[in-house]
Amino acid sequence: MRTFALAGNPNCGKTTLFNALTGATAHVGNWPGVTVDKREGVYKKGGEHIAIVDLPGIYSLSPYTPEEVISRNFILEENVGIINIVDATNLERNLYLTTQLLEMDVPVIVALNMMDEVERSGDSMDVAALEAALGVPVVAMSALKGKGVKELMARAAALPETRKGSTVLKSMAREIAALVGHFESERVSSPLFHAVKLLERDELELARRGAESALYAAVSGGVKSDERETAAAQNVIDYEAEIADERYRYISENLAPAKARSASAKTMSRSDKTDRVLTHRIWAIPIFVAVMFMIFHLTFSENLFYLNGFTEGQAWMPSLVECGLAREIDGEVVYNNFGVELLAVFYDGAVFSPGVILTNFLNLFLDHISSGVVTLMENGGAAAWSVGLVGDGILGGIFAVLGFLPQILVLFLFFSLLEDSGYMARIAFVLDRIFRRFGVSGRAFMPMIMGFGCSVPAAINTRTLADEKERTATIRVIPFFSCGAKLPILTAVAGGIVAAFGIGNADAITFSMYLLGIVAAIVCILLMRNTTLKGETPPFIMELPTYRAPRLKNLMRHLWDKTKHFVKKAFTIIFASTVVIWLFSHLDWRWHYLPDEQMNESILASIGMFIQPIFTPLGFGSQLGTFGWVFAVATITGLIAKENVIATFTTLAVCIGAYLGAGTEDGVEELTALISAIQGTTGISTQVFTAALISFIAFNMTTVPCFAACATAKGELQKGKFKRTLLFWLASSYIIGAAVYTIGAYVWPLALWLALIAAVTALIVLRNIGKFDITKIFKRKGRAEKSEVKQ
Amino acid sequence: MEKPLSEFKPDECGMVVKVGGEGRIRRRLFDMGITPGAVVTMRKAAPLGDPVEVRLRGYELTLRKSEAACVIVSEEDAE
Repeated sequence: MRTFALAGNPNCGKTTLFNALTGATAHVGNWPGVTVDKREGVYKKGGEHIAIVDLPGIYSLSPYTPEEVISRNFILEENVGIINIVDATNLERNLYLTTQLLEMDVPVIVALNMMDEVERSGDSMDVAALEAALGVPVVAMSALKGKGVKELMARAAALPETRKGSTVLKSMAREIAALVGHFESERVSSPLFHAVKLLERDELELARRGAESALYAAVSGGVKSDERETAAAQNVIDYEAEIADERYRYISENLAPAKARSASAKTMSRSDKTDRVLTHRIWAIPIFVAVMFMIFHLTFSENLFYLNGFTEGQAWMPSLVECGLAREIDGEVVYNNFGVELLAVFYDGAVFSPGVILTNFLNLFLDHISSGVVTLMENGGAAAWSVGLVGDGILGGIFAVLGFLPQILVLFLFFSLLEDSGYMARIAFVLDRIFRRFGVSGRAFMPMIMGFGCSVPAAINTRTLADEKERTATIRVIPFFSCGAKLPILTAVAGGIVAAFGIGNADAITFSMYLLGIVAAIVCILLMRNTTLKGETPPFIMELPTYRAPRLKNLMRHLWDKTKHFVKKAFTIIFASTVVIWLFSHLDWRWHYLPDEQMNESILASIGMFIQPIFTPLGFGSQLGTFGWVFAVATITGLIAKENVIATFTTLAVCIGAYLGAGTEDGVEELTALISAIQGTTGISTQVFTAALISFIAFNMTTVPCFAACATAKGELQKGKFKRTLLFWLASSYIIGAAVYTIGAYVWPLALWLALIAAVTALIVLRNIGKFDITKIFKRKGRAEKSEVKQ
Repeated sequence: MEKPLSEFKPDECGMVVKVGGEGRIRRRLFDMGITPGAVVTMRKAAPLGDPVEVRLRGYELTLRKSEAACVIVSEEDAE
């Protein structure tokens, strides 16, 4: 089976073509650099199967960004064919990469993509002329519409196995020939490619043995008679500039004219108009804030557009109980009939947002399954323990997690819309000025905002950042951008606080927790960029893609992908974890089965109680008494997958006391019951307990992320940086949790924390302006910090 | 008249004469098509005054003023 690699500029339709060829559902976005790892698939529609590798999008084969190095090494080492995708609407810059790829000794075919857009704008393209000029096959196509894909693959399959590299660089033919001779004698494959790179003084080539002297010999030509040669030998001729210049000159003189423009730049007009509004001098930032607010409002709000007033007091729409359609029995709402239950999905005293409606709908469905199964088992005479394991353990845990799928999907849908439309790139453009103050470029915005979805792709996406220190700092703060799996912790605990104490607003608590994460990320980046990861602010030279209407097919593919991933996780890792948690919470050390009432004697409880004191400074340790260990256990299980935190609560809380009937599956009622139980046994004050619960959210949100995210971060970070990163996560989340708890519970420690922040800032500033050597004092400061935490 | 790209006002247009700057930034500018001879049009500055957006070789590119300062452009009359 032959292998072809897809190579091309970012945002030129590579991933769309990859999907069209392999039927895979890889993620496509309108942001330069969405594909950052190589993916593989097989094209099966032709006569013989062809393996396809999707490489990261690159502009060049320079040695400066990891993705360019990945692509370059892959092509050279694997010796595969190249399908070079060229965006026909942006021929000049796309062909720049083509001229470099052609220098390699591998078969190349050019896929002239987005021809439909070129035709729609009334332009035409002379494909035959382009083919003649490049010397390799060129196929006009549209990956999106699936046009020309068959022809492309048929011609690719017919390409000879080998091809000799060719170059457009004529003015320095003598130097190149000399270096080609050198590489041929060293038996290096693709000598022409290496020769040109060495002439550019490419770091990777210069590192080779004998490269420096070969370069010297080649540019001086052995005889120092000619003025030009002497100049070259002394590094006066700037080959790097000349090579880039000559490539572009060749393209604009010979290749770009293949495209005939019908009318001058009228295609840009609609994109221009959109842009004028979205990056407006005054309105750009308010629009950005409004867009972000709307996204969260439409996903989480239980009072859509504040139709029912901003606060409880102003409410003018009656709740279902007030309408007489439902009754409240022991704090639990019982609906008169199924019709009312269905109505409650959409409305209960206020109109719900789409995200909440979908969640309610799914939960209604899951509730009925869950209670149906339990009834069936009880009627069938199943043992009490097996009903408990299935009902509370397995179904309770999995459904608690599945119940959040709708909101996660809605959030994802909005972020995909931003990405596909090209607005995300503009956000980076608008915000770069702000980000630069913290020592990162606007590009770092993308991985961070992706962190709201999932830390794993976010960490991989940091490869688009060229600066290693910026990358490390970004990877470390990604978990602070609360991911989809942490959302259940936020909503369930916030919902629990509101339900148990009757104070606050779950919406507001959730939103402020997101804000806390963002602030923590900013502070930590500032801290790192001024201490351990000091360096200049990395460059911000980025393409701004044309605005495009998002494609429904793309969006649906993306959502389907996410759903599959999530459901798979729910039924594997989380399924296994909930079973283990349930078993360990119902077995004692002598492996005897314990009924729910005796759970405090279980293996899990004793482990939880053992580690419980660690969390005392954060408010959810020893002070929570007999049931406090549940919080400790939830935190630990969260290290496997963050969905586990709420799954643990649901599994355990259901069993704690007889506080509950069949609750909803979103964890709120279980938590409410747990909170009341704890308050009942310890008599802890509402203010202190609320602070402790918020500290619990804050700690879980900012601490060591799930297993998958840790593994990804380890792979993406430079060697040896991962241990420190783990330490960073533990320390920062512990400090944040302690601060939230102490300030929330007693207020006065605020002064202590402010003093600490002022002291640390002063020390760093003094050190950075070189006033004194700080190493000794720094150690003392670490101790001071710890003693403060204990307050 | 020659001046750095960073001093261009919106809709001003010119031809690149020289590209300076440190190795990596310079290489990146070359790769994105800012080479001597390229025609560049200033589009606008971001709302906070920096970075700027320019149009060249048929696409939009954004770069910071500090990076644009490395690019020396000879001013031309608008097309």
